[in-house]
Amino acid sequence: MTAPFGRRRCEVAENKVSGGYRVFSLLDRAGPAPQPGQFYMLASEHSWGEGGGRPFLPRAISVAETAPAKEGVRLDFLVEGVGPGTERLCGLEAGEQVWVTGPLGNAFQAPKEVNPDAAGAILVGGGIGIAPLAIWRRHLVEKGIPLRVLLGFRSQEHSGGLDELFCSGDSLCPDVRLASEDGHAGHQGYVTDLVAAMLAGDDATSAVVYSCGPPAMLEAVRVLCEEHGVSCELAMESPMACGFGACFGCAVPKPDGGYMRLCVDGPIVRGDAIAEVAHA
Amino acid sequence: MPELCGIELEHPLINASGTYDAIAAQKVFGDQLLEEFPFSAFVSKTITPEPRAGNEPQRIWETPAGMINSIGLPNKGLDGFLAEDLPQLAALPVPLIVSVMATNREDFSRLVREVAERDEVVGIELNVSCPNVHSGLIVGEQPSETEALMEALRPLTEKPLIVKLTPNVADPGSVAVAAAAGGADAVSLINTLKASAVNPVTGQPALAAGHGGLSGPAVRPIALQQVRAVKSACELPIIGMGGVSNGADAAEFIAAGATLVAVGTENFRDPRAGFRIAGELEKTRTLGNFAKVALDLE
Repeated sequence: MTAPFGRRRCEVAENKVSGGYRVFSLLDRAGPAPQPGQFYMLASEHSWGEGGGRPFLPRAISVAETAPAKEGVRLDFLVEGVGPGTERLCGLEAGEQVWVTGPLGNAFQAPKEVNPDAAGAILVGGGIGIAPLAIWRRHLVEKGIPLRVLLGFRSQEHSGGLDELFCSGDSLCPDVRLASEDGHAGHQGYVTDLVAAMLAGDDATSAVVYSCGPPAMLEAVRVLCEEHGVSCELAMESPMACGFGACFGCAVPKPDGGYMRLCVDGPIVRGDAIAEVAHA
Repeated sequence: MPELCGIELEHPLINASGTYDAIAAQKVFGDQLLEEFPFSAFVSKTITPEPRAGNEPQRIWETPAGMINSIGLPNKGLDGFLAEDLPQLAALPVPLIVSVMATNREDFSRLVREVAERDEVVGIELNVSCPNVHSGLIVGEQPSETEALMEALRPLTEKPLIVKLTPNVADPGSVAVAAAAGGADAVSLINTLKASAVNPVTGQPALAAGHGGLSGPAVRPIALQQVRAVKSACELPIIGMGGVSNGADAAEFIAAGATLVAVGTENFRDPRAGFRIAGELEKTRTLGNFAKVALDLE
């Protein structure tokens, strides 16, 4: 399935506060439903690159969830305002128009496609990186694939989106375990502590790990998987101007030298397809 | 219908080299890309004699109304390009111009000779924003280097040779005059302006290469002036570019003397920008008033 050519206007259906983040929804009348892991290039129609200043380039944002709408599909995104672009997206109001290109990039692959011997999935998310795992979790549940979800947060503020994306009714989905650095929920510490414990189990190699989160967390997950001989797919992020292979800005080093373009070769990459997840 | 050096084109909008990968775009957008192909001619990414991986990240940095890039010309090298990319680019619905760059005349000559002999290629753009390894000088910053390079390349082909001028000079007109004296058929300008940025968190250069090239609407007034300067200095046809994001911008470049207009950074914001801008430009012509169209675009 290819993306419609060019950018198109989509209306903001809703934008609500969730912890320190925002969950906003667009109504996409033209596009196909995205696959889990794919992303969109987003820019507000107004106050974006007009009359100079920033933001100027569209921002690459992973889709957190989608559902059929009356016309087309609804697209949900989880955003934290950390710069002029994301702050503008956080400030979107219902009825505003957003320029949308996508869905772009590749998608998560089912466990058996990653490793023929794998039967289950372990989803590992950190902070705002829980977003693409939400739509992936739903797909896995619908396919009847056994899964565990491990989510970690710095603080309650940084657990935005958890209620909207991983709770059924008022309670956390039963397959979800939490870690928090400040101890406000679940295990006090890093989510990677939970990953290490789980991968130490006898049947760990029968699962594929799917992860998205801060670069240092992703790298820790990649290394843990490598040590335990577990296949993993990482949803990565990189500065990106275009999202469709034109700018060559989103270079990620490959293990054998050279670079991949994360927008067209990713954003989902196998743990063994990259040299490392660069982190400060 | 516009024409450049005898190549007839559907409209005056083409792409700036290195700002559109038509092969990748076709995978993302499918055949719809070909049905509304954004450009009337396609200019390839710059090809070098040997494959290049490109620069270490970070490669791009957003700036007010623009961006700085230091991509580092990743490409498959001449042989890889001819074998893998050229057949795919030849299938595009528009004429193909191939951009080439080398750091000495022997390599430049090989590139021009081998690319020009391919029927799929209608013209060659020479990226001269590179040092000559023998002199250490950036070819495109020196009229004498530019003229000498053109004299070496001109006898190799009858196909149009377009010199991509760098804006990082005091007098772009003198380089254009030298290109013309050496036998160039056209010039394209501007390439990016040398620029840098500091990462406010680390205090270190924002780009791994330390510096890069600025593009986007921020550079448009500079680009327009350089097109005017080149137009008044020589008679070569001009492909004007620099921050073009709508039909009114394109009309400004044509008013300044450009025959064709190239879209660069705007492609990143809108994959279909060339197609849109061509339509907007047509409207400016029908109305004969681009201020009116600029207003309509608001």
